[in-house]
Amino acid sequence: HLIVTEPVAILKASEVWGALRGLETFSQLVHEDDYGSFLVNESEINDFPRFAHRGILLDTSRHYLPLKSILTNLDAMAFNKFNVLHWHIVDDQSFPYQSIYFPELSDKGAYSSNLIYTPTDVRLVIEYARLRGIRVIPEFDTPGHTQSWGKGQKDLLTPCYSGGQPTGSFGPVNPVWNTTYDFMAKFFKEISSVFPDEFIHLGGDEVDFSCWKSNPEVKEFMKKQGFGTDYAKLESYYVQNILDIVSSYNKGQMVWQEVFDHKAQLKPDTVVQVWMANNYAHELSSVTGAGFTAVLSAPWYLDYISYGQDWKKYYSVEPLNFPGSEKQKKLLIGGEACLWGEFVDGTNLTPRLWPRASAVGERLWSSSNVTNLQDAYRRLTNHRCRMLRRGIAAEPVFVGYCTHEAR
Amino acid sequence: AENEPSWETPCSKLLVYVSTPGCDGFPSLDSKESYKLSVSKGSMLLSAETIWGALRGLETFSQLVGRDENGTYYINETQIVDFPRFPHRGLLLDTSRHYLPLRAILETLDVMAYNKFNVFHWHIVDDPSFPYESSTFPELSKQGAFNAMTHVYTASDVSTVIEYARLRGIRVIAEFDTPGHTLSWGPGAPGLLTPCYIGKTRSGVYGPINPIVNSSYQFVTSLFQEVSTVFPDYFLHLGGDEVDFTCWKSNPEIRAFMVDVGFGEDYKKLESFYIQRLLDIVSSLGKGYIVWQEVFDNDVKLRPDTIIHVWKESNLQYIKEMANVTRAGYRALLSAPWYLNRISYGQDWIEAYKVEPLSFEGSPEQKALVMGGEACMWGEYVDVTNLTPRLW
Repeated sequence: HLIVTEPVAILKASEVWGALRGLETFSQLVHEDDYGSFLVNESEINDFPRFAHRGILLDTSRHYLPLKSILTNLDAMAFNKFNVLHWHIVDDQSFPYQSIYFPELSDKGAYSSNLIYTPTDVRLVIEYARLRGIRVIPEFDTPGHTQSWGKGQKDLLTPCYSGGQPTGSFGPVNPVWNTTYDFMAKFFKEISSVFPDEFIHLGGDEVDFSCWKSNPEVKEFMKKQGFGTDYAKLESYYVQNILDIVSSYNKGQMVWQEVFDHKAQLKPDTVVQVWMANNYAHELSSVTGAGFTAVLSAPWYLDYISYGQDWKKYYSVEPLNFPGSEKQKKLLIGGEACLWGEFVDGTNLTPRLWPRASAVGERLWSSSNVTNLQDAYRRLTNHRCRMLRRGIAAEPVFVGYCTHEAR
Repeated sequence: AENEPSWETPCSKLLVYVSTPGCDGFPSLDSKESYKLSVSKGSMLLSAETIWGALRGLETFSQLVGRDENGTYYINETQIVDFPRFPHRGLLLDTSRHYLPLRAILETLDVMAYNKFNVFHWHIVDDPSFPYESSTFPELSKQGAFNAMTHVYTASDVSTVIEYARLRGIRVIAEFDTPGHTLSWGPGAPGLLTPCYIGKTRSGVYGPINPIVNSSYQFVTSLFQEVSTVFPDYFLHLGGDEVDFTCWKSNPEIRAFMVDVGFGEDYKKLESFYIQRLLDIVSSLGKGYIVWQEVFDNDVKLRPDTIIHVWKESNLQYIKEMANVTRAGYRALLSAPWYLNRISYGQDWIEAYKVEPLSFEGSPEQKALVMGGEACMWGEYVDVTNLTPRLW
């Protein structure tokens, strides 16, 4: 609750996080006149977010992102009232996370020895985010997307076979060995203590079954378990074990939608992230219909750049436009704009993410009836110039200028 | 030992030999940029006919130098004979849709040099803003720039760009696009643009330059007189693209003029009428000109040394256009498949790379008329915050 009158302005919030949001709003109310004086109009504001989970996904595996990039981005997130940094920290291409229990993972898996995040770096990100009211949810995506894990951890990934012989290449994490779960138990124990947020994202997307199918031990295991030829069951078997491990550390879990789609047994408070663009409204119905909380990313893959004012299409998404009861709709707790890293690093991250992500930010915070594109355009161009003044190299929305251009 | 690299006397000198002096001159379309580079034990020699070739050779040399794990710089023995396939290798920047601070332009010139580009096509003014400070018509930028104090290019800025480019063997070709794309010219030059009409009353909106009044031609004569002196390159780009006829059609004086001169309803003839007079003005100033393809498409009478800039891309029409332009005997520049402002997801450099500029049906003489091309970075969605990563 923000009241601006003479001679004082008062900001009231029940928690410090609300105060942070109110301070951001207050800072945006202050404007400069032609003589350089700072003014603020008498106002009274009662504000609250529509959705509780308003996130940005950054991918530091396809390209290493220098700390400065991540911290600048956290600043920009705060200016746009985002409150979750979904840190997709490792993947196939590189493993920059320096693990305390398993230093070989980054020793062998990072792009190079200086392109890593040390425990100090990680702590810095978490604290910088915390001071801005931003949760850091790390994602350690398994069993797919794990090529880089195999460099530093022998006998973790599944050896692929061809004609009865190992080919030398590897597939997803091997779900049939006990050592896999010993490793994961120890690894996630570390992650649970390093990252203070209640939730950890466990991934579970795009698991390619072909390597599993080629491996004799895996085939044998499938028979023993009675899974037949349904490898989705094997994937679920693996995922369920990881969910149990992570639960035992008192952490909640976020997963990509495949985990739900392939019918793994999820904990009741598992959050399902819906990312597949095709018919995502239907997926939201299914997920919430089954009683699970959902987070929407499908229409907000900001790495999919295209010519023109694409912010409009991100702004026009109505997350609750899916068939479902009131109760179901309450289970959609928010969304995340994703900036996958195949074509993104420190040289282009900020202009590519901002101000396009601002459209998502408003959609997730503001009321459902705030949809007018002309009005949004006017405020967005203004806000973009504001971000420039504050040192965020947000790219232009359209033709025009800011009085204070980027330096 | 036999197989160890012998780091003998480190090479410390690259001898540069240029046969034709010319350090104080400006590069041109005819400049020879060939060079020979010879690196062997005991001697490194770069030889070129002109200073411009030496610059290209120095760039290549700088790219040959490697660094080993110990930090030692090294270079392999090598023999290179190099020359460009096309003499006009350009980049277009648009400083009207968004103002680009000087440092952004200078940085672009540096990277152009790293990539052996040799033409900076400066699309300096357009509809949204007029940042060029004209000494003859100071009101143009005073009224037409986004901000006349902060978003302008002073005479000093312009000469800085020209010299910075020259030192890198880059020609600066300025484009003052007319008669369309001139909305920002209006406020500082009352009477220049065509007033549009709704019925019998002025709508308050303006269109392209008014082609039927002498004052327009006096104006462009004076402006191009200045521009011809400010920009030393032989060529000026005169634009001539996307002229919207609606305003002309709405204006009763223009309609009367069309009847008087027998143009009927063919406004392309009116456009040609303007362009022809403009071209005559510019050639009498001793400059050559480049025009966008519409000028050719609309049958304007052109000088034989006109260069046509092919930009329309839809349905690969540019391939036919290149054939038509060269068949008519004009030199051509290709930009159509290289509109780098049209971003898309993924490794789009591949599509740009695959373009074969001479893949049109024509005789060898025709193909020899292709001078080269230009990558265009139009500025609707681009300013200093995203220019460099979007271009390179």
